[in-house]
Amino acid sequence: MNQVAQLCMDTEAEQRLRALIEKGLPLTPRPWLTLAEQCGMDETEVMATVERWQSEGLIKRLGLVVKHRPLGIRANAMVVWDVPDAWISELGRCLAEEPAVTLCYRRPRRLPDWPFNLFCMIHGSARERVLQELDAIVRRHELDAIPRQVLFSTHAYRQHGARYISE
Amino acid sequence: MSASTTKNDIAELDNIDRQVINRLQDGLPIVEAPFAVVAKELGIEEQVLLERLHGLRESGVLSRFGPMYHAERLGGGLTLAAMAIPEIYFNAVAEEVNAFAEVAHNYRREHRLNMWFVLATETPERIPEVIAAIEAATGYPVYNMPKQEEFHVRLHLPV
Repeated sequence: MNQVAQLCMDTEAEQRLRALIEKGLPLTPRPWLTLAEQCGMDETEVMATVERWQSEGLIKRLGLVVKHRPLGIRANAMVVWDVPDAWISELGRCLAEEPAVTLCYRRPRRLPDWPFNLFCMIHGSARERVLQELDAIVRRHELDAIPRQVLFSTHAYRQHGARYISE
Repeated sequence: MSASTTKNDIAELDNIDRQVINRLQDGLPIVEAPFAVVAKELGIEEQVLLERLHGLRESGVLSRFGPMYHAERLGGGLTLAAMAIPEIYFNAVAEEVNAFAEVAHNYRREHRLNMWFVLATETPERIPEVIAAIEAATGYPVYNMPKQEEFHVRLHLPV
């Protein structure tokens, strides 16, 4: 078999593998073997391919994603802060270390309507719990002087299967 | 199997379920028998771990167990966008916005900017195009707020 044909075959098998894992990893003792049998690779190839995708950064994480409602998580707050540019990286790292914070990003301000440049998500069973968590975080890091707003969500109109890292 | 669902649709999790969820939000090791490795870490049998995962999937606690792609590395575009929609038009505009296949999540939030959605496109160049199309379809401006820096959290959602 010439090299081009080999390459094409690999690509096809990889595409099958990618489509398979997108549906979810098999919950079997040897999940890579199960996948290998389904996509026509062997177990070592599957593991090497997934490892490569991970090291290339194509796959950020291969793991489990929970649904909020069945866990009783009803309150979802986007907490936004207007932080001086010089402090933002430090504060972002601090907030990301808080267990209650599940996402933390720097985003551009959209002046004059939107002065906030640091966004984090806090989830909880109820609004009061989320606000208590936020109060505790503000106290711990002495953030009282930093303007912030809490945007609770009241309705999720659409929640796709989050194939990409959710924002 | 302990992850049962009550009439309020809240799954009852025991300590083992919680440990399993928290551990596996971090990712699965790429070894021949990854569940055996994780089970050992948690001090339970592999069979118990797999049974718990099946139970969590059946009770709807798990929405996914698989890869989270890095949209930008896949060559795609990703952004968070917001709009300020007058109350009486909100539902109509939400329908128009959600009709775009590129709209991934769309949340109503309590603020003047009351509609917040994620756009995921096949290429980064598509983001401004889709935004322009949404503005044209709805007649309202879209505030584009792409991520500029990500601060990594330790755990995605501790349970």
